[in-house]
Amino acid sequence: MGSTNSTLLKIPNVEVLMQETGLKLVAEENCLNVSPAHIIRLHDRFKALDKEGRGHLCPHDFGAIKELAMNPIGDRIIGAFFSPGKETVDFHTFVKILAHFRPVDKDRPKEPNSPEPINSRSNKLKFAFQLYDQDKDGKISRDELLQVLRAMLGMQVTDEQLESIADRTIQEADLDRDDTISFEEFRKSLEKINIDHKMSIRFLR
Amino acid sequence: MASSVYLCLLRAVFLVCFVNPLIQGLSEDESVFQNPHHQQEENLTGLPIVTFKWHHVETPYLVIIWVFVAGLAKLSVVELNHHVISVVPESGLLIILGFILGGIVWGADRAQTFKLLPPTFFYYLLPQIILDASYFMPNKLFFSNLGAILIYAIFGTCWNAATVGLSLWGCYEAGVMGNLDIGLLQFLLFGSLIAAVDPVAVIAVFEEVHVNEVLFILVFGESLLNDGVTVVLYNVFDAFVALGGPRIDAAEIFKGIFSFVVVAFGGSFLGIGFAILLSLLTRCTKHIQIIEAGFVFVVGYLAYLTAEMLSLSAILSITFCGICCQKYVNANMDEKSVTTVRHAMKLLANGSETMIFLFLGVTAIDTEIWVWNTGFILLTLLFVFIYRIIGTFLFTWMLNKFRLVPIEVIDQVVMSYGGLRGAVAYGLAALLDEDKIPEKNLMISTTLIVVYFTVILQGITMKPLVQWLKVKRAAHSDLKLIEKLNNRAFDHILAAVEDICGRIGDNWWTRGWNRFEENYISWLLMKPKARKNRDYLFSIFHKLNLEDAINYVSEGERQGSLAFSRSDEAANVDFKKQFGSEFADVMPNIMVDMSNYELGIEHFSVTSIVKDTIPSVSLDIHGQDRKNAMDDINAHHLLQQHLYRSRKHHRHKYSRSHFSINQNEDEVQEIFQRTMRSRLESFKSTKMGVNPAKKITKHHKKELTHKMPNGHPDGTGHLYGDEVDIAVGSETGAINSTFMRDTYTVGAGIENPVFLPDMDSPTHSPPWLMETEAVAPSQRAQRRLPWTPNRLRRLAPMRISTCSTDSFLMADVSLTLEEHEEHSQTDHVEMRPVFD
Repeated sequence: MGSTNSTLLKIPNVEVLMQETGLKLVAEENCLNVSPAHIIRLHDRFKALDKEGRGHLCPHDFGAIKELAMNPIGDRIIGAFFSPGKETVDFHTFVKILAHFRPVDKDRPKEPNSPEPINSRSNKLKFAFQLYDQDKDGKISRDELLQVLRAMLGMQVTDEQLESIADRTIQEADLDRDDTISFEEFRKSLEKINIDHKMSIRFLR
Repeated sequence: MASSVYLCLLRAVFLVCFVNPLIQGLSEDESVFQNPHHQQEENLTGLPIVTFKWHHVETPYLVIIWVFVAGLAKLSVVELNHHVISVVPESGLLIILGFILGGIVWGADRAQTFKLLPPTFFYYLLPQIILDASYFMPNKLFFSNLGAILIYAIFGTCWNAATVGLSLWGCYEAGVMGNLDIGLLQFLLFGSLIAAVDPVAVIAVFEEVHVNEVLFILVFGESLLNDGVTVVLYNVFDAFVALGGPRIDAAEIFKGIFSFVVVAFGGSFLGIGFAILLSLLTRCTKHIQIIEAGFVFVVGYLAYLTAEMLSLSAILSITFCGICCQKYVNANMDEKSVTTVRHAMKLLANGSETMIFLFLGVTAIDTEIWVWNTGFILLTLLFVFIYRIIGTFLFTWMLNKFRLVPIEVIDQVVMSYGGLRGAVAYGLAALLDEDKIPEKNLMISTTLIVVYFTVILQGITMKPLVQWLKVKRAAHSDLKLIEKLNNRAFDHILAAVEDICGRIGDNWWTRGWNRFEENYISWLLMKPKARKNRDYLFSIFHKLNLEDAINYVSEGERQGSLAFSRSDEAANVDFKKQFGSEFADVMPNIMVDMSNYELGIEHFSVTSIVKDTIPSVSLDIHGQDRKNAMDDINAHHLLQQHLYRSRKHHRHKYSRSHFSINQNEDEVQEIFQRTMRSRLESFKSTKMGVNPAKKITKHHKKELTHKMPNGHPDGTGHLYGDEVDIAVGSETGAINSTFMRDTYTVGAGIENPVFLPDMDSPTHSPPWLMETEAVAPSQRAQRRLPWTPNRLRRLAPMRISTCSTDSFLMADVSLTLEEHEEHSQTDHVEMRPVFD
C-alpha cells in the first residue's frame, strides 16, 4: 500500500476526485469498489497522452490516438472532454468524464442526501445526448442528427435515405412536435434500453 | 403463392426421404417387400382390373402414416383445451400422447414394433433441429455471451458427467443398488450420456416462458453446444470401456483428452468451412433462384455427415455451419428464397421435434426395455438434479467475477432448473453395446425416466417457477429506430473510451472483428450488390416502412377505399428509391403507376397487424418470428397485388424455374406508356391551372418564419418538410417535373370532394384521420398528414401521437361520405375494362 499511496500523492486533489467519481481511495470506507490502481493507471495514461508534460491535454493530444481518429464520432467524443470555451482538460476533469462509464454498483449504500453519482443512468444519457447536441441548446435538431447519422452510416446509404432515417428517428422521439429532440424526449425514447449495461466498461469497475 | 407451392414440394421431399429408414429396420417381412412381383405372377389367373399391393408400398406407407399421425397429434395437442396447454408444455403432452399411441400399438401387436432407433434419430431427425436452432441464432447475443456459454457447455458438462458417474459409483460400492454388473467406467459412460441438457427440450419449454434474452441465450447456447460435448465425451468413455479398465494408463487418458479437443474443435472448424462454402455458393446462384434455398439444407446436412464420417463432432459441425453462414446466405439469396428457407427450416425442425417427442412416448410402452432398480433410478434422478444446481452456481460464481453484468441468483435458479434432458440422451443410451455393457436396458430405462421427469414435471413447473421468482422477462417492445441508432452510437462511444483509457477491452475486440469482417469476410462471401445496402440501421428503417405501408393501406380499406390515392401524381411512388433495392428486381426502373391500384383491391383484405408478443430473441421453432414473417409476406403480397396486376398470374403456372414478374418486355413497355400518358394528362391539367402550385412556397415561407425565432443556429441549409419532398422528387423522376409531384392535390378526374385534399382546411383530411374534437390540427400536423403513399415515411406520427389508431376508430364517417365512397366505387367498376 505504501508505494500506491506515494503514487497517489503525486496526483493533485486525489481525495476530492475519488469522492466525486466514486473511485474511492481507502479501504476503510466500506463502499470501496474501485481499487486505487484504476486511478493510478488512468494517471499513467494521462501522462502518456500528455506528451509535452504540461499537466493538461489538448484536443490534438487525443487526436494522436490512432484508433480514435478512425472512430466515426471520435471528434465528438473528444469534444465531450472539453467544456465549452476551454482548450484544455486537466486530470481531474479527465477522470470525471471517464467515470461516466463506470458500471453501476448495486450494493452501494444509498445515502438519501448524497448527490447523484456520476455514473447514474441519467448522467450516462446526458453524456450521449451532448454528443448529438453540438450547439448545446438542449435539443437535437434534424441537422445535428443527420450529421451523426452520416458519420456513422457513411458510404452505405444514400443521402436521401439518410434524411428519411433522420426524419423518422425524430418523429419517433418527438413528443411535442417541434421537430427536435429534447433531453426529456431523448430519455423517454430510450426508456427500454438498459443504459447501465450499454454505457459501461468492465475494467472501470 | 409461389413459395407455398415450393413448400409443398419440399414437404413431400422431407416426408419421403427422412422418415424412410425409420421403418426399414422395423418391417419384419422385408423379403416380401423386395420381390413382390414373384407373388403376383403366381396368383395371376386372368387380367386383374385392380390388385391390392400392400407389400409394394408398405415401407413408405408406414412412414407416411406415422408422419401423418404425428401431425395429427400435434394438431390435437395444440387444439386441446387451452387450460391444459397453458399448464403442461407441448412437449410433455406429446410424450403423453405417445404413451397412448404406444399402448394402442402394443395392444395390437403384443410387442412394440415401432420405436425410436438411434440411426433414425441421429441421421434423420436431429440434424434439422440443430440446423434450425443455429441458423436462427441471434448471433450478436450469442457471441457476446460466448465465453459464458462455452464454460457452461464444456466444463459444466464435464462436471455433470464426472460427478454423476462418480457419485453413482460410490453409491453402488456402498451397496445401495444391489447386485449389478457394472463398473466405474460404465458409470462414467452413463454419466456422460445423461449429462447434457437437450436443446430440443429446452427450446420447447423455454419458448413458452419468455425469459430475458441473456438468460435464454445462456441456457439455449449451452444446450446446443453441450450436445456436441456430450457426444464426444460419450465416445471417449465408450472407447475406454471397450479398452477395458486395466489397460488404461496415463497415456491413454491423455489421448482421450486430446481426442476430446480434436473432435470438438475439429467439428466446429469443419462446420465453419462448410459455412464458407455455402456462402460462396449462394453468391453465384442468381440464375437458379428456384433451388438455391435447397443448398442451405443440403450443405448443412453435408456438414453433419462429413463430420460424422471423420468421427468429428457432427452436432458442433452443423451448429457452426448454421451460425456462421446465416448472415451471408440471407444477404446473398433472393428475398423469396430467404423466406422459403425460413419456412422450410421451421417445417422440418418442428416436424421432427414432434416426431421425436411422440416416439419418446411410444418407445416407453415396451416390456422388453424396462428393468427396474429403485436405487439406481432414484439416485440418478437425484444426482442429475443436484449436480446441475451445484455446477450452475459454481460456474456462475466464477463467471460473475469477470462479467460486466453479473448473472443474478434468480437467473441461476432458472438455469439450473432448466436442465432438461431429452432425446439425445436416449439416443446415446440406445446406442450402447449390449456386449460391453450388460446393464444396457437399465440405463435406457433410467434415461427414459430422467427424460420424462425433466420434460414433463420440470416443464410443467417451469412456468410457475418463473412467475413466482419474478424472473426478468423479455421486454417486448416495438422496433424503434432511435434505439437502434443509439445502440450504434454507444458502441462507438465505448470503443472510443477504451482507446482513451489505452486499454484493450471487449469493445476493442468487437470493433476489431467488425472491421475485419466488413473489409475481408463480407468482401469474400457477399455479393457486391448485397453489400451495398445492408446497413443494419437502414434495414430496420426499411422494415418499419413496410409495416407502415400495411397499416396505411389497411386503414384506408377499413374506411372503404383508397380513392384519395388514385390521383395520378399522388400515386407516383418510386418504390425503388423508397424501399431500397429490394424491389429493384421486380420493377426495374419503373415508376409504378398507382392508378392500377383499385383493380385488385376488392378481393384483398389485409390481415390486421398483430402486436408483437414474441420477444426479439425468441428462438422457438414454433412461432419463429411469426410476426416478422407475416409482415414480410403481407407487405410483399400487398405490394405485389396492388402495384401491377397484369398477366403475371398466368405465367408461372407452367414454368418450373421462373416466378419472375414483369420480366416481359411488352409489359414493362405497357406500364411505362400508361404511366407516361397519365402523367402527361395530369401535367396538362396542372398547366390549365386547376390547382395552382403556390401552396408549397407558402408553406415554405411559413416554415422558415416559424423556424427562425426558435433560434436555430444554422438557418442555412435546412431541408424541412416539403422542401425535402421537392428535393427528393426532383431526383426521382427524370421525366417528372418537380412541381407536378407536389401538386398531388389535383383531382385527376375523380370527382370526389371528400378526397380532394386541400392543404389549408383541416375538414378535408381523409376521414380516418379526422379527430373527433373539432380542434384543427396545427400547421405542421396538417402538413404531415399521410396523404399519399408518397409520404409513407411520414407516417410515423400516426403511430406515436395520441391521434393514432384510436382516432381511426373514433372517426365518424358521415352518411355523405359513404355516398361519395359508393360513388367512387362505381367509378372503379367503370374504369376497370380500360385497364384489363
